[in-house]
Amino acid sequence: MKKVGVVVFPGSNCDYDVYHVVKKILNLNAEYIWHKDTSLRDYDAIVLPGGFSYGDNLRAGAIARFSPVMQEIVKYAKAGKPLIGICNGFQVLVEAGLLPGALITNTGLRFRCEDVYLKVANQNTMFTRDYTPGQVIKMPIAHYTGNYFATDDVLKTLQDNDSIIFQYCDANGELTDDANPNGSLLNIAGIMNREKNVLGMMPHPERACEMILGSTDGLGVFTSILGGK
Amino acid sequence: MTIKHEPEVNWELAKEHGLIQEEWERIQEILGRVPTFTELGVFSVMWSEHCSYKNSIAMLKKLPREGKNLLVGAGEENAGLVDIGDGLACAFKIESHNHPSAVEPFQGAATGVGGILRDIFTMGARPIACLNSLRFGPLDVPRNRFLLNNVVKGIAHYGNCMGIPTVGGEIYFDEGYSENPLVNAMAIGIVKHDEVKSATSHGDGNTVMIVGASTGRDGIHGATFASVEISEESESRRSNVQVGDPFTEKLLLEATLELCKKDYVIGIQDMGAAGISCSTSEMSEKGGHGMKIDINKVPMREPEMVPYEVMLSESQERMLVVVRKGFEQEVKDILGKWDLHAEEVGMVTKEPKIEVRMDGKKFASIPAADLCLGGGAPVYIRDSKRPAYLDVLQNEDLTNLPEPKDYNEVLIKLMGSVNIADKGWVYHQYDHSVRTNSMVTPGSSAAVIRLKKAPNKALAASTDGNGRYVYLNPRSGGKIAVAESARNVVCSGAKPLAITNCLNFGNPYDPEVYYQFKEAVLGMGEACQMFDTPVTGGNVSFYNESPTTAIFPTPVIGMLGLVENLKHVTTSEFKDAGDFIVMLGTIKPELGGSEFLKVIHNKVTGNAPAIDLHFEKRIHETTLALIRSGIVKSATDVSDGGLAVSAAESLVRNRNKKLGASIYISRKMRDDELLFSESQSVIIVSISEKHLLDLEKITSEYHVPSVTIGKVTKDGILKINDSVKIDTEKLSEVYFRTLPTIMKDEH
Repeated sequence: MKKVGVVVFPGSNCDYDVYHVVKKILNLNAEYIWHKDTSLRDYDAIVLPGGFSYGDNLRAGAIARFSPVMQEIVKYAKAGKPLIGICNGFQVLVEAGLLPGALITNTGLRFRCEDVYLKVANQNTMFTRDYTPGQVIKMPIAHYTGNYFATDDVLKTLQDNDSIIFQYCDANGELTDDANPNGSLLNIAGIMNREKNVLGMMPHPERACEMILGSTDGLGVFTSILGGK
Repeated sequence: MTIKHEPEVNWELAKEHGLIQEEWERIQEILGRVPTFTELGVFSVMWSEHCSYKNSIAMLKKLPREGKNLLVGAGEENAGLVDIGDGLACAFKIESHNHPSAVEPFQGAATGVGGILRDIFTMGARPIACLNSLRFGPLDVPRNRFLLNNVVKGIAHYGNCMGIPTVGGEIYFDEGYSENPLVNAMAIGIVKHDEVKSATSHGDGNTVMIVGASTGRDGIHGATFASVEISEESESRRSNVQVGDPFTEKLLLEATLELCKKDYVIGIQDMGAAGISCSTSEMSEKGGHGMKIDINKVPMREPEMVPYEVMLSESQERMLVVVRKGFEQEVKDILGKWDLHAEEVGMVTKEPKIEVRMDGKKFASIPAADLCLGGGAPVYIRDSKRPAYLDVLQNEDLTNLPEPKDYNEVLIKLMGSVNIADKGWVYHQYDHSVRTNSMVTPGSSAAVIRLKKAPNKALAASTDGNGRYVYLNPRSGGKIAVAESARNVVCSGAKPLAITNCLNFGNPYDPEVYYQFKEAVLGMGEACQMFDTPVTGGNVSFYNESPTTAIFPTPVIGMLGLVENLKHVTTSEFKDAGDFIVMLGTIKPELGGSEFLKVIHNKVTGNAPAIDLHFEKRIHETTLALIRSGIVKSATDVSDGGLAVSAAESLVRNRNKKLGASIYISRKMRDDELLFSESQSVIIVSISEKHLLDLEKITSEYHVPSVTIGKVTKDGILKINDSVKIDTEKLSEVYFRTLPTIMKDEH
């Protein structure tokens, strides 16, 4: 049975939500990985979950990247294995240099929690293959520091490599300013590395996996990588 | 500031500590001598209103505090505990943080959330949701915008970081709250019956430990500060406000829940108001033992702290744990895993006294029970006098008011009144979807949270308390606060289970204020009795007055309900064109205390709407029966703004469709009375046409009047009789834009 590792940093708070989706919705195996661990077991995918690792002290994700487990996570990623960072997990991936660019404070200078629409900008990846090209999906965001920023060179590289995976859009899939909740450049909500095994995204797919919560559009991220759709 | 030399203890100093003459004498009687400086400090915080409930407990005892679902009685533990089946219990409580929020809104509100969460997890319950009930002065005053902005940021800061969704609550604005904002925070947690921990201490020789954060000088005398009116002098007591660290609390939460599963933990209590003084004495009193505390062993974050300061500090994110002797290392290991302190600071003694030592010297020795509510703490019944204004206002003839000419304009004004307009600006700053349980999020009648451990069940929760009604008629207002919260829970598909309450009033030494308090509590009690929703606890906040204003008497009810089948979860917005709109109950001409009177005529007058609790209960039962029969597509009650606003909200809250409604009601009253009376016990449901007969069958079974008042339409226009005809789009625009527009320049 496929197995997912969910990293628990001090202050992680979406670890349980990811665990729930893998165990109870997909009926697959999930295991927590403690931030002080210095070796990793074998996983089919690892998730850096959302939350406020180290209280977002200094800068969101800035301290978590120095956690003992991160050395192993970096090795795991460099070996080409699937790694997802969601929300605070995305911030950690950027701080750790596994993904380019930076996440800065939302343009409105406020925490925002609401449903957003995302366009699947690249469907041809191990995390998005269960979506259709250009599909518009709905899931919640919940962050204060989700404004994706990068230099023009980095943005161009992301574009050239088809590394922009999710973009904020309106219900019709248009990438408008109004649909951009945090000021991210190019409406970027999620990106991958050049090798396409590391995904970082601000929206929460794990919060959109059950109809009673309003959407199942997030399931695709998990089924794409784990099967079970 | 450091205390180098302890001052001489005398009546003057006692007075400065907020004690009255008879209390000063009683302390000397208990001790058989003049108290030490440390003892005086401990008595003054423990006997403050905030900790002792000395002016309210006599009345609170009149509330129904027992019921078949209650697992602990009101006030017995840190929070109420209600059985919800499947071996699970729900711990829940609401508490005020009004005074700190008035001087330092961000930290005041943040630590309010932190405090109420600790009350929940100290019982072994994992917090699963927060709600907030807030009151501010009008937003055209810059200070009030500042307060709103920072209170909301403080709540968001703490709750979001903790990863506990803030799922509901309510906000009102009125002049009376201008310098006295109300910040009432509620939390809900889930625990297995056999993992509940008690705030007790026993077993001679067992070890007393402090876990969590270290102790500093913050919040010294916070409890005493919360027990006086806000004045320029108290403004200068800013250092009384505690500073919160949600990251530490998140670690403390996880560590505490691990600890609570261990048998060697005898008891545990959080340190909130009155810090170590309160936790040591209350736990000891409960377990019938005493404690010896060594101040030298308390981890401190500031140099040269004296016992007085350590005992009174309200530093946040700390817990007192009593552990069976020999298991100290196990506790340290668990806390250490989460990078937190766990220090042995004392031991349990047979002699039921709290003894405090530092550098080998004894600084305090007080019988634990004499410090506590239910023990030696004073109990007062204050003088009460019916305020003269009641008769004047209640008898005011509202029919003399001119009838509005343009009801579309009136409805637009009401939808744009901040008391009614959408509060998305507030709750989008709260993470309301973390933990993936939030089925109904802020904006509907009540929040609904599914329970992963009891699949197919959900909890519904609502906070309510209309201060205007209580001001105009304390007894009715008290009843309505409970009735409305029950109605809101019912409209979401849940059966009301129990309440927690936060009683926000003025100075109890004012006989007219005490009358309001007494009457409101009696009204609440009658309603709780009728709905079989016992009171599980809560808190009282007196002295909500400033030199220029006093708040409306504002009891806030936090109602908990149980949804027994997820299919019953119901929301307030209309769903489909063609559906029939049915009104259960009757609108009466009663504009007293209405939002209409305030917004259009700038008056808070008349009598509160009438309420018949027997009928209200039948309305709840009928609505629940309808929902359970599976025919109800939406349900909401008539409340602020009356029938017209209720219908308009049901339209604009459906943001996916541009629906309209055609409503026709025959009436024997003025149009303004029909449209805007805030009549109680009225619920609006929408159903498909094919279920009309089923509905009538059920409503007649319960002897509840129901009338089809209209249909949901697809034309996007709200029509009511021949007085209202307006585009839903226009209503929507003002409803959703008002608050963000007012707050756009606040950062």
